Amino acid sequence: MAVTGALASDAARAEKSPHRGAYSGGLWSWITTVDHKRIGIMYALSAFFFFLVGGLEALLIRIQLAGPNGTVIDADLYNQLFTMHGTTMVFLAIMPLSAAFFNFIVPLQIGARDVAFPRLNALSFWVFFLGALFLNASFLFGGAPDAGWFGYANLTSSQYSPGIRIDFWVIGLLVLGVSSIAAALNFIVTIINLRCPGMTPMRMPLFTWMTLVTSFLLVMAFPAITVGLVLLMFDRMFGTLFFNPAAGGDVLLWQHLFWIFGHPEVYILLLPALGAVSEIVPVFSRKPLFGYPFVVYSGVLIAFLGFGVWAHHMFSVGLGPIANTVFSAATMLIAIPTGVKIFNWIATMWGGSLRFRTPMLFAIGFIAMFIIGGLSGIMHSSAASDLQQTDTYFVVAHIHYVLFGGVIFALFAALYYWIPKITGRLLHEGLGKIHFWVMLIAFNLTFFPQHFLGLHGMPRRTFTYQEGLGFEAMNLMSTVGSLLLGASTLIFLWNFIRSIRKGEPAGTDPWEAATLEWSISSPPPHYNFRSLPEVHSRDPLWAVDTSDSVPGDDPARPEPHMPSPSYYPVVLALGIVGLAAGGLTQALPVVFLGVAVMLFGIYGWAFEPLER
Amino acid sequence: MSQSTAATAEHYTSTGLPSRKILMWTFIGSECMLFGSLLITYLVYKGKSVVGPYPEELLNIPFITVTTFVLLMSSLMMVLALAAVQRGDMKWGKVWLLMTALLGIVFLSGQIYEFSHFVHEGLTLKTNLFGGSFFLLTGTHGAHVTVGVIWLLSLFGMATRGRLTQADAETVEIAGLYWHFVDVVWIVLFTVIYLLV
Repeated sequence: MAVTGALASDAARAEKSPHRGAYSGGLWSWITTVDHKRIGIMYALSAFFFFLVGGLEALLIRIQLAGPNGTVIDADLYNQLFTMHGTTMVFLAIMPLSAAFFNFIVPLQIGARDVAFPRLNALSFWVFFLGALFLNASFLFGGAPDAGWFGYANLTSSQYSPGIRIDFWVIGLLVLGVSSIAAALNFIVTIINLRCPGMTPMRMPLFTWMTLVTSFLLVMAFPAITVGLVLLMFDRMFGTLFFNPAAGGDVLLWQHLFWIFGHPEVYILLLPALGAVSEIVPVFSRKPLFGYPFVVYSGVLIAFLGFGVWAHHMFSVGLGPIANTVFSAATMLIAIPTGVKIFNWIATMWGGSLRFRTPMLFAIGFIAMFIIGGLSGIMHSSAASDLQQTDTYFVVAHIHYVLFGGVIFALFAALYYWIPKITGRLLHEGLGKIHFWVMLIAFNLTFFPQHFLGLHGMPRRTFTYQEGLGFEAMNLMSTVGSLLLGASTLIFLWNFIRSIRKGEPAGTDPWEAATLEWSISSPPPHYNFRSLPEVHSRDPLWAVDTSDSVPGDDPARPEPHMPSPSYYPVVLALGIVGLAAGGLTQALPVVFLGVAVMLFGIYGWAFEPLER
Repeated sequence: MSQSTAATAEHYTSTGLPSRKILMWTFIGSECMLFGSLLITYLVYKGKSVVGPYPEELLNIPFITVTTFVLLMSSLMMVLALAAVQRGDMKWGKVWLLMTALLGIVFLSGQIYEFSHFVHEGLTLKTNLFGGSFFLLTGTHGAHVTVGVIWLLSLFGMATRGRLTQADAETVEIAGLYWHFVDVVWIVLFTVIYLLV
């Protein structure tokens, strides 16, 4: 498997993959699957669907704001749209798209045959998927949540938000939290315990490292929002007084609990993207990652510091000069490890033999856009400066430079990079490049003017504005840009659909990459590795000496036994969502039914034979 | 760990530890954050209730000291249960598993008595901040004990039908990890809520 220097030969690519039927089987085989690759694909498809839903919500917002006194949608619908846009993009698009790569790629990168707990993995997916449907069902039943994606108390109290919109949000996020924590626990154990022989921690690929760090952030951060949501749920359903100021309740407690989760959440969204870019830049520079330990440790440091900066979201509530100073300083500190990563990527490219294929273009686009978002972030880190920017479009511009210019660009880089491994076919390079350039221009056209809109005083979350305030031209630019962004996504969709049907066969290692996922066929056989590889370096497929044992797929050896499919994960997930629906409607029979289905799922699961 | 026999011989793992045990430890780490957040909520609202009844009027330290002792003893039973299963003594393994669950039930009964007594004295979820934060914090702990009791009774049921043997010592050990964790949480809650009232 040693790389010979030339591009993988056409003969090797044209060779028909022996695992063409890797994803065959009917609907039932997908519902009961416990294969990490199929679960990864289901995560990716549903995440991309919700990415389109969230994008559509954003387009409606932009069309409403295209000119002054817009009348396309009214204030009430506008509130639902920006709330669901934020909630959808964070919880239903970016996080599950990262989870798709955790699922498909991480076991391959560490030389494992599956995750540590395959059925738990299926449960995570089904709880996510059904929870996402639950949350979006709100549009059909009296309207979607409308209190913003961080749902500040006491706007969310029964007094100010009667009806079940907020209940959908509270219970939906609790359900999604179950999925996230279960998945994170699974990946922590998988990465700690299922690495192939020789893969010491400091030989793990960066994407695997960042998956591990992200998973730790998830299991530590989600309990805080869980408690916040439970307090809110008790206030709304059982009449407790946690966020009722008249009874001594403290509305700031919600903000603290939310942001103790919310700021690590930013890194939960970002770190997988950083990991993917750290894989892609070396491959297309044909150089090992510059300063590998620094990149690893700065990722870990970002995660640690990420727990100590939550109150920088709360500068405007008046925590006092000491708290503001401490949180300002801590926030500025995060710029250091982040900068380390950026310099390491640039140093990796420096002197490299650069190949500007589509994944590399998106990775470089990510670095550039993320720097802009990082710089406006440093502006907010100063409490005095932040007070001018809070609740204006400047913040909207910042978050989109970080989460769209940053994370989404990196995730598209990852899609272009890993889809050939997943489907066995390359995406079209020309269409990919058109996608990149249209998206880059459209993205900047959409969001760069929002910096100025914010500095000129345009408030966020306001459904319209009057003429004569100087907002017209830049809002129109932003709207045109957003429509172009939508179009660029359609280019990608077309490229993807086209490539599945007539894309060039990818072969085993189309990019001449260094990590283990590229040592097996595309798509991989259901057992991944017939015999476990053994590695002695960080870049096993680039190793000059042949001590790395990357055996490939030897048909002479027996196929490993893999866990059998199981329907208990989906049963348990249905029970959880049934319980959620019972809580929402406060119908005791539904609650009991949900609990009964859950118990049936748990006991069936516990006593199900694993491999037969 | 060292007891794992050929029947439970796992696939290769990087650390040599069973994956289930790492899962439980990581889950416990996450649970610490959950109880930590609830405890902080309780402490933030301590002394902030604007109407009574207040904690110092209601909390019955001697009574809860007894149930705390019962819960601590259940941890001892758990240790004995695991030791018995590990040495293959399923008869005593069953006895100690059942004892652990029964002491858990005694603790829960104490909690039910305490809750109903408080409600009788006029403290509900809706009365004041103390009511809400107290019932939520101790109720969440009680729910964890309940899950543990069901788990232990399930193991006991498996053992009586011969489906839990020496080879499954790891299964008992993991249930034990959970049980001890729930006990340790109670030590913290007992100290913060009752002793530091």
